[in-house]
Amino acid sequence: MKPPAHTKGPARWMKDNLFNTWYNVLLSCLAFICLFFIFKTLLTWAFTEAKWGVIPANLQLFAVGTYPREQIWRVWSVIYILCVFVGLSAGIWGGLVLRFAVMFGGIWFIGAFLPFGFSTRGWFLGAVAIIAASFFLGRGRTGLRPWILGGWLLSFPLIMIVLRGFGESGVHTSNWGGLLLTLILAVVGIVVSFPLGVFLALCRQSNLPAIRWVSTAYIEMVRGVPLITILFMGNILIPIFMPGLDINQVLRMELAITFFSAAYMAENVRGGLQGIPRGQHEAAQAIGLNYVQTMLFIVLPQALRSVIPAIVGQFIALFKDTSLVAIIGLIDLLGVARSVIANRDWFGLQAEVYLFAAIIYFVFSYSMSYGSQEIETALGVGEH
Amino acid sequence: MLGVILLLVILYTNMLKGLRGLGLTLNLDFLQDEAGFDISEGIPYEPSDVYLKAFWVGILNTLKVSIIGIVCATLLGLLFGIARLSSNWLIRTIATAYVECFRNVPLLLQILFWYTAVVSQLPRVRESIALFGGVFINNRGIYLPSPEPTAGLRIWLGFLGAGLLLAVVLYVVRWRKLRQLDRPGFRAKWALPAFLIVALCGWFLTPSRPFTLDLPVLQGFNFRGGMRFSPEFSALLIALSVYTGAFIAEIVRSGIQSVVKGQREAARAIGLKESQTLRLIVLPQSIPIIVPPLTSQYLNLTKNSSLAVAIGFPDLFSVGNTMMTQTGQSIPVFAMIMASYLVMSLTTSAAMNWYNRWITRVGR
Repeated sequence: MKPPAHTKGPARWMKDNLFNTWYNVLLSCLAFICLFFIFKTLLTWAFTEAKWGVIPANLQLFAVGTYPREQIWRVWSVIYILCVFVGLSAGIWGGLVLRFAVMFGGIWFIGAFLPFGFSTRGWFLGAVAIIAASFFLGRGRTGLRPWILGGWLLSFPLIMIVLRGFGESGVHTSNWGGLLLTLILAVVGIVVSFPLGVFLALCRQSNLPAIRWVSTAYIEMVRGVPLITILFMGNILIPIFMPGLDINQVLRMELAITFFSAAYMAENVRGGLQGIPRGQHEAAQAIGLNYVQTMLFIVLPQALRSVIPAIVGQFIALFKDTSLVAIIGLIDLLGVARSVIANRDWFGLQAEVYLFAAIIYFVFSYSMSYGSQEIETALGVGEH
Repeated sequence: MLGVILLLVILYTNMLKGLRGLGLTLNLDFLQDEAGFDISEGIPYEPSDVYLKAFWVGILNTLKVSIIGIVCATLLGLLFGIARLSSNWLIRTIATAYVECFRNVPLLLQILFWYTAVVSQLPRVRESIALFGGVFINNRGIYLPSPEPTAGLRIWLGFLGAGLLLAVVLYVVRWRKLRQLDRPGFRAKWALPAFLIVALCGWFLTPSRPFTLDLPVLQGFNFRGGMRFSPEFSALLIALSVYTGAFIAEIVRSGIQSVVKGQREAARAIGLKESQTLRLIVLPQSIPIIVPPLTSQYLNLTKNSSLAVAIGFPDLFSVGNTMMTQTGQSIPVFAMIMASYLVMSLTTSAAMNWYNRWITRVGR
């Protein structure tokens, strides 16, 4: 038998949720008054004093930094490559991937209504069309799964080559900037530091003392110092330790961020590994699996599943930490914000510019944490 | 193992080669040279002091902002963490909004925002915002009244000592009684009021007040007296506290929520009051869960204070950075910076581990 359906009016809802006890009445009233003044000040500022003109005027700078205008087709090619893969994956897997694809397409669709130039809006709509087309192309073709996974792996070097081009005719990495640079640093950092972190965590659990000590020392050392010291080290000490090697600054920062994040990742993975009972290892050995097979097929899948929130939390931290390269002198999203403010034409607009940058960072971080919750639900973490 | 040694040897020879290329040698003699650069705040320091002294000023500045920041962040985190569990929808929503907004935006951006868009935009000295109790806020910083000890302090400290003694005696008496009765109860129920009463009586009985407040006063173009938090320090402190507070709020919330509902219901069933349930059932179980992640947040705050370099607050890292550019001795200075942070991290985590062991022992 179902419980009786009770419909609650807004008055009843307010009584239950805002005014149920005397101190809640007091708290609600106080909060109302505070919120009223905060919103009043904020909205008055946003609609009367703030000069939002700085944002549309520098939109391209925020997006790609000083990437040469005549080479911008490279960025669009990369976006279109991604669109093809996202669309195909959405068609083949459906479910969560499909929802991600809809969100991804939605971004480009909204972009078409932003105050970009006419041709840019065309590029945006093209992206939406490509996602839709490749979705219908891939729908139901489950046989393509291994190919698509391989394609995703190959797409990373491909994207880097397209963005960089070759030699003098290409785009030097010092011209990469804006959100583009932030995303490159974050995505490459995440993709490389994750396996590195798993490897370090396994080393820390190793039976060989030497390997255990070295990885423990590395992890504790890196976790004991701020990221900014590691970044400066990458910037100043790599040229001293490797005099012959000429590594560009973007790559140096990428290395520093990756090696920093791997240490934290290793600690998160270790937490998962320690939660796997000894019996799982023994059972795997009993059925004749070797070390690599045991780890790959038995231990890691369970261990990683249980620490998804921590790992995604580390991904988000890495994404936010990429902003530190602005101190070293790279022009990432935050770097662009700083240089726009330093421009005489936009003098005194710190609040507007930083708020805009904050919103972009927020959207990406928040979608990652939302995605992690969805993946947890999909995998049924914590249900048994 | 052999590979690691080989790698280190290669790196070492490479380093020597690289240093020779730059015309530098590895030694620490430069620390006794005159620094020659000014440091805007911290303990008394002159540009004519040696590099070692300058570095020490930086360390103390880092410690200052970290310790005050940890206190503020913990208070904010507790407040909003408990607010997230409130039965009041509005309070809950405000707390959630706070956590999500500040957790998902890079700290560096927040520091720059507070510094350039808030603290630097405050009114000039002549138009400072005056708060109650002699607090003045302007674009030169935040001015607070500072307590200055007087001759009466010694007498009052005597009262405090006596009060403490009395409190200890009462605590033990109450504890014994509770144990005799075999009942749960608040052990400091007699000791705490007794101590407060003695302290308060002492305050009024002392011939001259133990402290006088040194109020900041506008003199000419600036404020004199009181304490001053510079704009850089204030911006860094606000950003660090608000950012870390959001993480601590999440830790507090999940720590309290991890105590299963059945425990609360059971406590109520055996007739414990709401306050007793919280003190005897919920907190002893949630504190051991809260402490380890809390420790790592404290460490994060300390390490994150190095972002001060972006707004020119002379902390350990920015002083070290200046030393590096002036002397060119990047490797020794780097080693000193990293060693300082490592020492801070290791001591904090050792202290917190000790506390954690203590609290779990008491809780059981």
